[in-house]
Amino acid sequence: MTSFPTDLTTAQSVEAGTGDTSEAPAAPAAGAVRAGAGGTWSALRRDAGAMLGLGYIVLVTLVAVAAPLLTSISGWTPYAFDQTAIDPDLGGMPIGPWGGVSAEHWFGVEPGSGRDIFARIVYGARVSMSIALSATALTTVLGVSLGLVAGYFGGRVDLVISRVMDFLMAFPALIFMIAVLSALPASNRSTLLVVVISVFGWPYLARIVRGQTMSLAQREFVEAARAAGASGTRIVFREILPNLRSTIIVMSTLAVPGYIGTEAGLSFLGVGVVPPAPSWGQMIAASVKWYAVDPAYFVFPGVLLLVLSFTVLGDRLRAVVDAQEGR
Amino acid sequence: MPRFLLTRVTSGVGVLLLVCLFTFLVFFALSPDPAVQICGKNCTPEVIDQIRGNLGLDQPFWAQFFHFAVGIFAGRTYGAGAGAIECAAPCLGYSFQSSQAVWDMIVQRLPVSATIAVGAAVLWLLAGLAGGLLSAVKEGTFLDRFTTGLTLTSMSIPNYVLALVLQYVLVVKLQWLPFPQAVAFADDPGRWFANFVMPWIVLAVGYAAAYTRLTRANVLDVLHENYVRTAYAKGLPQALVWRRHALRPALTPVVTIFGMDFAGLLGGALITETVFGINGVGKMAADSIARNDQPVIMGVTLLAGFLVVVGNIVVDVVYTAIDPRVRVNA
Repeated sequence: MTSFPTDLTTAQSVEAGTGDTSEAPAAPAAGAVRAGAGGTWSALRRDAGAMLGLGYIVLVTLVAVAAPLLTSISGWTPYAFDQTAIDPDLGGMPIGPWGGVSAEHWFGVEPGSGRDIFARIVYGARVSMSIALSATALTTVLGVSLGLVAGYFGGRVDLVISRVMDFLMAFPALIFMIAVLSALPASNRSTLLVVVISVFGWPYLARIVRGQTMSLAQREFVEAARAAGASGTRIVFREILPNLRSTIIVMSTLAVPGYIGTEAGLSFLGVGVVPPAPSWGQMIAASVKWYAVDPAYFVFPGVLLLVLSFTVLGDRLRAVVDAQEGR
Repeated sequence: MPRFLLTRVTSGVGVLLLVCLFTFLVFFALSPDPAVQICGKNCTPEVIDQIRGNLGLDQPFWAQFFHFAVGIFAGRTYGAGAGAIECAAPCLGYSFQSSQAVWDMIVQRLPVSATIAVGAAVLWLLAGLAGGLLSAVKEGTFLDRFTTGLTLTSMSIPNYVLALVLQYVLVVKLQWLPFPQAVAFADDPGRWFANFVMPWIVLAVGYAAAYTRLTRANVLDVLHENYVRTAYAKGLPQALVWRRHALRPALTPVVTIFGMDFAGLLGGALITETVFGINGVGKMAADSIARNDQPVIMGVTLLAGFLVVVGNIVVDVVYTAIDPRVRVNA
């Protein structure tokens, strides 16, 4: 998985990194997964859909990282108003075809304000991606550690964690997210978004990790480690965790598109990222008012493709991993 | 069975109380003083104090929460003396904006939301089951791969985007459909259908895709089971094997997930209703959020929580009825 060039893996490499030194004695499972990591990659590389998705994800990530550079080339910041690009007599419609596309404004301008759409998309990618990836990282850390602890130690610990998961999953998450975000001060929305999304997101991963941990804990190599005098923490993080690697990677890849959608949806409803900071969801929300007269302002293809890319990649990854584990 | 039901109901009530407390806490701790909001422009400290007194906002947190919770089951009285307002049994308070009872507002708009939810549910169940079964029967063919691609795409479209695209194409460009409004079925079934068909599609698409995938995976799993092989070995024709042995176990998980999804639909309807401007419970919640109308937001949150909890209990009961394996524990 070393050649998996998104930010996604950085979240896991903290934990998964220790996995490579795993010394599971009787480790047929650990060995299979380790050998499988290279096999997963080569199987994935032959898959056109997965590669296209990955390519687009890399492109968006690069664009997001290089946003300041790109806007310095294109010449407009996401916050600058260009009054010369819009027609005040037509209620602020962009001048020129396709929503004002020109050498000056590559993707046209926002109707009404004349802000450069290219710059806003580029910076919006930054906001949307960083929120989705941070939320994924946080849910992964929470879900994996709590799921491991609940699954391995069982008993009262498991009871408490499972009850909390039941409670959070019974919660009307979207409505509550909206309510909380609208009630909280808007000063640091991005962080809040990440926290709120993660709080409601981790149980879905934790439930799966818990189940797998419970069955892995019965395996011989765990017993061997216990007999060799390894502590509970050591068994959980050095013996069991490495075997969950493929599950975790697949689940996180599939979680990203969901969070991109959630962020966009919340921003669309006006409780997400605060203007004037651009985000893709917010731009879609803004384009609603104009869609009949200026359909070119609709920026949805970008969002759709990104979500689709992650979904396809996750889906193929799961198929490959499932096939390798003989399920 | 009754004992199992009792524990489920008890834990459900517990979850609801927690949802209630959690929501209340968030609003109590975080939101700006509603009394100042209600008071408006020409405000004096005395008036604010009076409003606080009437709404019980001058009391400590636990007292406020207690009155709120009791009000839901037994009703409550705001203020005292001649100016007192009686709020009947499912009392969720009054809107800060319109001064209407929150319960009445919800009841008024619930039929619209229910119409959208039920229509969408029918649509996605039909599409999902048909698509999944077809895809499983034709496993590995072009049709199967096409369906898989279609489901992935449908799952990736945010529903508000789909709503806008549909509206642009079908309403603005082709003018086949009107801008959706809440038309009663009794008034004009044709117009009712024309108005609701877009919200149904928008709400259903994501679920339909997920159900297609779920159904396909389950059916394929079951077809690889030993007892299906045994059934074939006995010489049963394919149609009979499917009907008698494959479909029931394959569709049980769909029933479970359907119950939970349907119960949680209020959240999805919120975006759909907002985009189309249909005046249901979801749009009411979205509007209240914009105006910081806390009692309404809390009322809708509680209603949504209630539906999810009830949905889970119903699913558990139905599940024990249709899956013989879990009956033992009951």
